[in-house]
Amino acid sequence: MTALLSVKNLTVEFTTRDGIAPVIDDLSFDLAPGETLSLVGESGCGKSMTALAIMGLIPSPPGRVASGSISLAGENLLQAGDTRMRAVRGNDISMVFQEPMTSLNPVFTVGEQISETLRRHQGLTRRQAKALSIEMLDAVQIPLPTRRINDYPHQLSGGMRQRVMIAMALACRPKVLIADEPTTALDVTVQAQIFDLMRAVGKETEAAIILITHDMGSVAEMAERVVVMYAGRKIEEGCVDDILARPRHPYTRGLIACVPHLLETVSAERPYLQEIPGMVPPLSDFGFMGCLFAPRCDRVETRCWQEKPKVTQITPSQSAACWNLQEAKVRVDA
Amino acid sequence: MPDTPVESTTLLTLQDVEVSFTLKRSSLFAKPSLLRAVDGVTLSVRKGQTMGIVGESGSGKTTLALAVARLLPVTRGQIHMNGVDLLSLRGEALRNERRHMQFIFQDPYSSLNPRLRAEKIVREPLDRLSIASTSRRDDRVRELFDQVGLRRDQQRLFPHQFSGGQRQRIGIARAIASNPSLVICDEPVSALDVGVQAQILNLLRRLQEELGLTYVFISHDLGVIQHMCDTIAVMYMGKILEEADRESLFNTPKHPYTQALLSAVPSADINRRNRERRIMISGDPPNPIHLPPGCRFASRCPQVEDRCRVDTPPLVNIDRHHRVACHLVKAAG
Repeated sequence: MTALLSVKNLTVEFTTRDGIAPVIDDLSFDLAPGETLSLVGESGCGKSMTALAIMGLIPSPPGRVASGSISLAGENLLQAGDTRMRAVRGNDISMVFQEPMTSLNPVFTVGEQISETLRRHQGLTRRQAKALSIEMLDAVQIPLPTRRINDYPHQLSGGMRQRVMIAMALACRPKVLIADEPTTALDVTVQAQIFDLMRAVGKETEAAIILITHDMGSVAEMAERVVVMYAGRKIEEGCVDDILARPRHPYTRGLIACVPHLLETVSAERPYLQEIPGMVPPLSDFGFMGCLFAPRCDRVETRCWQEKPKVTQITPSQSAACWNLQEAKVRVDA
Repeated sequence: MPDTPVESTTLLTLQDVEVSFTLKRSSLFAKPSLLRAVDGVTLSVRKGQTMGIVGESGSGKTTLALAVARLLPVTRGQIHMNGVDLLSLRGEALRNERRHMQFIFQDPYSSLNPRLRAEKIVREPLDRLSIASTSRRDDRVRELFDQVGLRRDQQRLFPHQFSGGQRQRIGIARAIASNPSLVICDEPVSALDVGVQAQILNLLRRLQEELGLTYVFISHDLGVIQHMCDTIAVMYMGKILEEADRESLFNTPKHPYTQALLSAVPSADINRRNRERRIMISGDPPNPIHLPPGCRFASRCPQVEDRCRVDTPPLVNIDRHHRVACHLVKAAG
């Protein structure tokens, strides 16, 4: 498998009042062409920051990429200049943001916004861009695209806006589509529509997808592989089915077990949920030499406080960073 | 309160409750339009149990909850709690009744006064409703902090010094301060991180067991509803489409909307995913101001028939604990 996008030993540091904090700490993962990879974790674990780093959009200052490399089809994006990055963004790699309400420009029609990408990157004329925009709106199943193209974002519902975002992101047929919690603001029935759409359009344009989410259900539904992040570090990686059936890191296990998953058959029995005590550490604790999950872990031992856990390769596809790995059978239930 | 007996008694009943809003006229000569956010809801909630209300945004769940708490005017219908007619209460009588009925809000960031210390926030209902003697109130606040899992040394802190989960604990302490019988929880965990959600849900369950609380639990998350509730009502565009106990609703959902809603939830349960039977419903809910006649779900229903667009199906019992409003589902008997 040759990687399309390869992130190697990426460290992103932010200067805070308490000193320098590594918000992404030695992160590595590969993305194969056409694959769907999911980044999972609670808020503040560095998922969105990873996406911004790939897009070259880390706000600087206070942030800065301290070390590592991000290469897209062999080209190191961290060495690319501003002009080159502008050509990559929206063309080779594009992004769908969490909030379809705030990420569209309210003073331009959706047609103008989709056309802008096409004219800029593909050098299409106004007329060609408009025709292709209509085609894209049709592809994301917006009814009456010839009329909708003249609508402003406020005239569309939340689901429609997210469709426009997807149409815009896919207009230039990017190699990589990053979707940052694309459905959190939407209702479940609309979420199902958007997921279906992303799968279908992703397959058609052969885009690889990075799906950022905190919901294991969405991961199971959408992704083939998953990278679990905690406090800026990758703590587990593997195929979705392996991770769900046999999570090896206590955090992954907790993340799956703490959510009341919808069951196929409900019985009268209702056990309490398994909790992950505490919360994600503050930025000032990031980069701590031991395991950052130690304060919340039920299997913590002295070594966890002193040494950063080594990554153990469990199977060729699954690896986890923990001193106390255990065959952990999880019952996915309420 | 003793353990809930099998046939528990009814605490809260809603009879044909309607909440409507008059919207601003679009022009001087236009007829003012009416938005029925809650339209003819009849429900009863048993003591010590949890009634779940689930639906998508705009379905009227929160409006219904606010109406029950007398925080919004009810335009039609009746609400009784413990035999008291809530809608007829005014002034002092209403204030006294409020101690039996408290509210937990969705957003723990905006529902706490940023200028009050945590202890003052929790104490406020005691002061306002004149519960216990002034000297006993400090003890009660300490007790409440213990009950919701906050440390006593956090009493003097301000809301911004707490995390989201801790703030929700303050909100819960405030809600149970007056020893209410009914607590209305409006999306109590949807603003919280997944890891913290479990802590709050477990806390709510534990408090229910310890204090014999009755919950009206509103959520859009079917997993949470399945986990928390004894009886569930599914709302869509202001109407209840289906209501049943937990096992009937999730094991044998009858209404096409409930079925579609359940099948739309992405699941980590491999058994559920393998039984691929996704029912896709297209489009968005209709405009609530100009509702077409007939069933509200007709425009998106995969099984729609001609009569669905003409007559509104009534909510009828299909067995003792299962009510459905759909022309395609046969009534009992």
